[in-house]
Amino acid sequence: MILLAQQLINGLILGSIYGLIAIGYTMVYGIIGMINFAHGEIYMISAYLFAIFLALCGAFGVDSLPVALLVTLALTIAVTATYGWAVERIAYRPLRGSSKLAPLISAIGMSLVLQNYVQLAQGAREQGMRELFGGVLRFGSGSDFFQVTYIQLLIVAAAIAAMAALTFLIRRTPLGRACRATQEDRIMAGLLGIDTDRVISLVFVIGASMAAVAGVLITLNFGSFDFYIGFLAGVKAFTAAVLGGIGSLPGAMLGGIVLGLAESLFAGFVKTDYKDVFAFVLLVSVLIFRPSGLLGRPEVEKI
Amino acid sequence: MFDSPRSVTPKFSSAPPLRRFFLRPARAGPPAVLAGALADAALAAVIAAVLFVPILGLVLDRSRLEPHLGRAAAAVAIVFAGRLGLAMAVRTGNWARLTGFAGRAASPARGGWSRGWSALAGRPLIGAGLALAVLGAFPFLPFANNYLLHVMSLTFIYILLAMGLNIVVGLAGLLDLGYVAFYAVGAYGYALLAKYAGVSFWLAIPLTAAIAASAGFLLGFPVLRMHGDYLAIVTLGFGEIIRMLLVNLTPITGGPNGIEAPRPTLAGLAFTASPPPGTRAFHEAFGLEFSPAQRYIFMYLAILVFMLGAVGVFLRLKRMPIGRAWEALKENEVAARALGIDPTTTKLAAFMMGASFAGVGGAFYAGMEGFINPTSFTFIESAMILAIVVLGGMGSVAGVILAAVGVTLLPELFREFGNYRMLVFGLAMVFVMIWRPEGLLRVARRSVERRTDAR
Repeated sequence: MILLAQQLINGLILGSIYGLIAIGYTMVYGIIGMINFAHGEIYMISAYLFAIFLALCGAFGVDSLPVALLVTLALTIAVTATYGWAVERIAYRPLRGSSKLAPLISAIGMSLVLQNYVQLAQGAREQGMRELFGGVLRFGSGSDFFQVTYIQLLIVAAAIAAMAALTFLIRRTPLGRACRATQEDRIMAGLLGIDTDRVISLVFVIGASMAAVAGVLITLNFGSFDFYIGFLAGVKAFTAAVLGGIGSLPGAMLGGIVLGLAESLFAGFVKTDYKDVFAFVLLVSVLIFRPSGLLGRPEVEKI
Repeated sequence: MFDSPRSVTPKFSSAPPLRRFFLRPARAGPPAVLAGALADAALAAVIAAVLFVPILGLVLDRSRLEPHLGRAAAAVAIVFAGRLGLAMAVRTGNWARLTGFAGRAASPARGGWSRGWSALAGRPLIGAGLALAVLGAFPFLPFANNYLLHVMSLTFIYILLAMGLNIVVGLAGLLDLGYVAFYAVGAYGYALLAKYAGVSFWLAIPLTAAIAASAGFLLGFPVLRMHGDYLAIVTLGFGEIIRMLLVNLTPITGGPNGIEAPRPTLAGLAFTASPPPGTRAFHEAFGLEFSPAQRYIFMYLAILVFMLGAVGVFLRLKRMPIGRAWEALKENEVAARALGIDPTTTKLAAFMMGASFAGVGGAFYAGMEGFINPTSFTFIESAMILAIVVLGGMGSVAGVILAAVGVTLLPELFREFGNYRMLVFGLAMVFVMIWRPEGLLRVARRSVERRTDAR
């Protein structure tokens, strides 16, 4: 019971992170139909940026932790978003309108570039960060307890806040309307006066910002990262996006949480070594019975 | 007068992607051009500064920062200069001249190439004989050494793999991101068969092809009903599952430590200085001095033969009804179904055929290296093989061979540059795609045409 509660909490945390990264995949896929393989590396870069800006805050004598965190978060999101924008501008925009595979290869190339760029610039060693704030909530008595750290509470709160902000942006603002129109039919949206290139750039910026939030939160929680974390996180988040139904925003979040829960329950009750295998098996079994994911719209074939 | 064909240049569709990469040209006087280009380059430099200063300029050391602002400034300066040059070239109209040259140079060459190639393709035996003669003579040339032979054998394995993936991606249009799984199945299949059943290398070749094809069937059967892009993630997942199984099933596969794979023999003759008791070594049987080069030459020739065989099979498959069915499915699944092609079995056939190529490639890899471990079968391998297929031009043979040579040989030659090599390799992937989104050599689409010239 205690183990179950603990694993549920861990899974929820992990799932929120997956969900935040998955948003970048699902939005880009929804709007231009490509798998942005470099997205995992964007997330990896945000972890580095967070640590660098935090150290910079320390160097400039910003003592108050909340102020330092907020400034660092804002800077990290801004620079990560610029990376997302630049990747689209350099590697994908020139390939608009060519076959489906060309942007995919370009994305794999970009992912190699970013990984090796960070490795060359920052060194190959694993980076560590001290714990910024501790504190746990304990439930249960004696040695029978499960715990939630304050950082974990912050992760869930921040993930909910980021999702709420994104939902507001997409559902309620003119920019969001342009996004939805472009996703529906890019050519038609262009004819109606929407600058679709700008909208696509915006989608990359949003996706990178969400990945930056995820990168900051995960670094706060685990404190260690290296230049290689982007790959597995990217694959998992993409799995989450497909699980939830690619192209759907609530689907990305739901897929992330389902995947996170499944993984941590499997790790807690069956075997840690095979938790990644289980994640993919879960994906395949969901896709067999619901071919367009949990919340995805079924594909309509037009003749 | 009216029957002379007028050349009409379409205005938008002909713009190559490289052209679209840059800003629209402005027709204005020289000062305005320079000012515009400067503003453009300044903006690029500001963005570059945002990108490079934190990552390149400030190096993290525990929770302290080590400034390296010089190299960040250098990177920003390079971006500024490059963008200024490009903006000037585009705005003065020189860009069109520069790229127009590249476009003109490429098209007649492409025609010549593909015509020469299809002449050979029509007579696969002549083509194969020619290639066999030229490449077969290579190991006996004075400058051929063991290292070079090893690298070239590896390149041949990649060509073999690329031919297999070309069936799946290039002909059938199924995006497989986990192709390396079948390669791993082949390599481990041979190593395990040899270890537990004592199967010899040459018997193992057809067996590994069959095992890999069965793995393709097992994966393909449930997932091939899915829509294209779902297939991509499921195959990617499958590739990771296979790799994780190899790492975690330590008692069987040796886990991360890997497993030994016996080296192939020539009709029972081993390529070792001291053969196991009861067998003879190659140099003893032929009365030669023992030299490790014999093994390298033998592997090289064996892989060469199989690689050429794979190319031949690919070219034949492409012209067979099944190949036509694959291409029809890729072009339009609904129309193909209306013609009576069963999509699931046809796709499954492509998947299994591609997998069996990878199985053979894996067995050769294991036999050549003598030792395999899971690090050789990561996602990046799948990405490389896919890159060979796409960079070369899907469905094309000459392009794929060209790309395989580029992708395997070039990083090998620049090994001393360490990590810069992978950085440049990634950049090259991006720029080749922008330069030639259809791949290096585009396949002339086979189509029915009414002949106007008398024959």
